[in-house]
Amino acid sequence: MNNLKDAQSRVRTIDIVKKGLNKRYRKERWFRLFGCTAVIISLSFLSLLFISIISNGYTAFQQTMVRLDLFLDSKVIDKDDLAGADYSKLIHNALLSVFPDVTKHKDKHKLYGLVSISATYMLQDFVAKNRHEIGTTIQIWVPADDDVDMLMKGRIDRDKPESQRRINDQQLAWVDQLVRQGQIKKVFNITFFTAGDSREPELAGIWGAVCGSFYTLLVTLILSFPIGVSAAVYLEEFAPQNRWTDIIEVNINNLAAVPSIVFGLLGLAVFLNFFGLPRSVPLVGGLVLTLMTLPTIIISGRSTLKAVPPSIREASLGIGASKVQMVTHHVLPQAMPGMLTGTIIGMAQALGETAPLLMIGMVAFIVDIPAGFTDPSTVLPVQIYLWADSPERAFMEKTSAAIMVLLFFLMVMNAAAIVLRKIFEKKW
Amino acid sequence: MKKFIITSITLVYLSIVGIAQAGIGAARDYISIVGSSTVYPFATVVAESFGKKNRFKTPKIESTGSGGGHKLFGAGIGIEHPDITNSSARITKNQLKKDFKNGVKEVVEVKIGYDGIVVANSRQARVFRLTKKDLFLALAKQVPVVGDQGVLKPNHYETWKQINPSLPDTRIEVFGPPPTSGTRDTFMELAMEGGANAFKWIAKLKKSDQKRYKVICHTMREDGVYIEAGENDNLIVDKLSKAPEALGILGYSFLDQNTDKIQGAFIDGVQPTFQAISDGTYPVSRPLYFYIKKAHVDNIPGMREYLAEFTSEMAWGDEGYLTTKGLIPMPLEERQHYRKVVEELIPLTLDDLN
Repeated sequence: MNNLKDAQSRVRTIDIVKKGLNKRYRKERWFRLFGCTAVIISLSFLSLLFISIISNGYTAFQQTMVRLDLFLDSKVIDKDDLAGADYSKLIHNALLSVFPDVTKHKDKHKLYGLVSISATYMLQDFVAKNRHEIGTTIQIWVPADDDVDMLMKGRIDRDKPESQRRINDQQLAWVDQLVRQGQIKKVFNITFFTAGDSREPELAGIWGAVCGSFYTLLVTLILSFPIGVSAAVYLEEFAPQNRWTDIIEVNINNLAAVPSIVFGLLGLAVFLNFFGLPRSVPLVGGLVLTLMTLPTIIISGRSTLKAVPPSIREASLGIGASKVQMVTHHVLPQAMPGMLTGTIIGMAQALGETAPLLMIGMVAFIVDIPAGFTDPSTVLPVQIYLWADSPERAFMEKTSAAIMVLLFFLMVMNAAAIVLRKIFEKKW
Repeated sequence: MKKFIITSITLVYLSIVGIAQAGIGAARDYISIVGSSTVYPFATVVAESFGKKNRFKTPKIESTGSGGGHKLFGAGIGIEHPDITNSSARITKNQLKKDFKNGVKEVVEVKIGYDGIVVANSRQARVFRLTKKDLFLALAKQVPVVGDQGVLKPNHYETWKQINPSLPDTRIEVFGPPPTSGTRDTFMELAMEGGANAFKWIAKLKKSDQKRYKVICHTMREDGVYIEAGENDNLIVDKLSKAPEALGILGYSFLDQNTDKIQGAFIDGVQPTFQAISDGTYPVSRPLYFYIKKAHVDNIPGMREYLAEFTSEMAWGDEGYLTTKGLIPMPLEERQHYRKVVEELIPLTLDDLN
């Protein structure tokens, strides 16, 4: 009697389980599907970002150049006063010789506008270095004006009616003729990587911003790394556990979440107004970014130190080391790779900061390349912001190209952090 | 480890000493300019052209907005304060009084040219023909009740057709500058006040109750119809091309550079063209200025030469490079007058501002 009942109940349990099995498998499949979909959505947003930036910016790595056959008229250039010569007149003559049928004043103005105004300075430099060429005809490649550059890169729609275009039909015909005669070509845009900021898009480059970023990050690194590591070590190893240290811990955690522009206001009030440091210099920018990065380094440092197993500490104390020796000879070297990773990530964050630097004056038009910590400079994300604000169409591609450079640096830094972590990771 | 601690402590100490040193006795060898984002495109071109001549460092120019610029400029005399401030609205009596109070006793005013404020929309939509009265009724926080003298009520207009039957039946949506912008100040002074004066009782208030007049004319509506789009006029151009029903308030130079995307509205029957702004027929055009601290002129290297570059015919003349950037030049007599002001550094007095 009992065996029959037991046998029946055993069958029922298995049935219940078997019935639920399909439902469970289905639920697991749905869960995996949701996870995959979430990953795909995030990746697609990321690729949307990259595709839109790269498609807007890749053309900025090329610059359109125009070849001019220039006669260095010795009547215009006085051998003893090279700086005072009217080089723009020589360039105008060279352009007129290619298009001799341009006579009206307004048309001539448009013709001269085909090449960049920097052509004058390039010619001046050339003549200064090659004085023996005065009186001969030379061939010189000069940068084209930014509207011609946009046309050659296909960013101006030829099919639109003339009034809706930046280039009129006459200029279009001239450019086509230059293309047929082989006097116009696109070269790699070295100016983008060697020049500072400019109001003319064909002359603008990121080198000034890159140098400014470099000096600012150097100051940030020199100040935040020692201070952050020492603070983390002290708070983790030596500080007593009482109410004061709890308050300090809460405050540091809060500081890591404070909006970055608040640090800029602090920098303005303390470094600029109280200490009287100059405005817009990498020194002050570095100080402000140090304040911003310190909480990150301290928190990541503390968690790395916590991860070192207590057995190491007890073992070193056991063989006779003092507390300071234990920390500096045994714990810190084990924790150093993790601290380095935290620092690199903090630096990568600081590289992309714009808001705190706004208050201390680093959002400014600065043409000269900074040579030191007290020269006025700007940083790469600020340069991107300023170019995005300019009315000239050609700055759109330059902005995207600068974003590509910034993203490249950020990826390299974050990849370095990950690689370092993998190499030095110790599995306890 | 001991060496590491000692070296890091020394480094920190040296950096602090270095900071203190840098704060005291540092000399500035470049010109520091702040101010309007409308004048910024013009001042930067002049600065770059001046810097290329290789004798002096290129001036550093920040775009803080006219209001922010006056605040920084008027904070005092010294190398930590800017030398010049650009402004798209004339300095007010209050601002000048504050400058005097903080020790900036001699301020030289220089007008550089004219700029038009345009109300633009996307080329995909029909061009708007507006009057100043339409703009006032569309954007003011409180509008007069038709037929009732002296009574105001909160702005209830939602479509352009409700204000003027000849306008399209679309929702009113206008992108404009924030309160720090001189463009906004000038727009309020010219378009809003001009529109409000179409109501005679409001026009009378200008003489009898100035405060109330200002409140009526200078308060923009806050119910989402007028959208503050920041100092970035490029962003407004972008938004207009994506939202064909919206309008935007911009400087003329941005319209000029983007004629393939946007078109300017007719205001009181006049289209915003170079010619119309230059001869004064376009009603919403304003002069642009910059202000110089006379005390800084001989202490910062290159200031006189920068001012000479800005006031040269090559820069602000009828065929100058600033005109290709969208600046409308002043007539010859005005240019000669301001060139003299710059050469002799004639300071501004409170009476001049009346």
